[in-house]
Amino acid sequence: MPTIVVEVMPKAELLDPAGKAVAGALHRLGKGHFTSVRIGKRFELTVDGPVDDAVLAEVRELAEEMLANTVIEDVLSVHTLDTETVTAGETH
Amino acid sequence: MMRIGVITFPGSLDDHDARRAVRLGGAEAVSLWHGEHDLKGVDAIVLPGGFSYGDYLRCGAIAARSPIMSEVIDAANAGMPVLGICNGFQILVESHLLPGGLVRNDHGDFICRDQRLRVESTSTAWTNGFTEGQEITVPLKNGEGGFIADADTIARLEGEGLVVFRYLDVNPNGSMNDIAGIANERGNVVGLMPHPEHATEPGFGPDTALAMRSGTDGLTFFTSVVSSFAASV
Repeated sequence: MPTIVVEVMPKAELLDPAGKAVAGALHRLGKGHFTSVRIGKRFELTVDGPVDDAVLAEVRELAEEMLANTVIEDVLSVHTLDTETVTAGETH
Repeated sequence: MMRIGVITFPGSLDDHDARRAVRLGGAEAVSLWHGEHDLKGVDAIVLPGGFSYGDYLRCGAIAARSPIMSEVIDAANAGMPVLGICNGFQILVESHLLPGGLVRNDHGDFICRDQRLRVESTSTAWTNGFTEGQEITVPLKNGEGGFIADADTIARLEGEGLVVFRYLDVNPNGSMNDIAGIANERGNVVGLMPHPEHATEPGFGPDTALAMRSGTDGLTFFTSVVSSFAASV
């Protein structure tokens, strides 16, 4: 069944204390050239049925209304999984 | 006698304390369940603290979309007093009954302390028994209590007197303008991160200059709503 991916990030102007903690850990590991880390969310919605424009529009609306809170977060992208060229798993 | 409903969501922690505070304030406490569409005819509602749905998605996000919230939203819009404490405040902003959002504390740590607050508005259903500018102490315990909103919303909250509580001494979570709690325009919906229900009975509240654990500043939230209800019937 097809999968739709929704990516959400905290708004750029907001502090991301969790990301900051990871950046601090990287620094302590001698990886100080990674100057900042921000942590967001990725949702994978499996769809029972074909993905057409109507379903994508539905997910975009859900992303803005529920998956993200647009007061504190931005929806970065909504796309079907098969349009992703390379995932981390496939590079190994 | 006034009947005040306390809604229990999966992961609510302070619903028992909230019901106890309701009783100490002179009202009957009514248990309400998130999965029903039944407010059982209550006269006011408390959304208690805790970690509804394990804070999954965002704090309060899933609870805000639970069955009973459609009735809560209708009742709030019709003027029923609604108080959201901590996770309850997060549920209120996720329900769009109050503006803004609550994000992880700027220092990254969970915080638990007795917190001094200034009462900035006494023209709400839950604060009319305080005096304007009164300083109170109630417990505060949260990991994601930083209040944020865009500049227009902050200006509107400040300009229209909708900031109800402000942190004193220290800003414990990075909240904009030291905002600890806000109200809607009508003053029937109030949300705050600190926990008034934990400061309602001598022996179980914050320390005061007089005696350990003797602080009962939170009781006025509940006596306020009870007295305004008594005046209205």
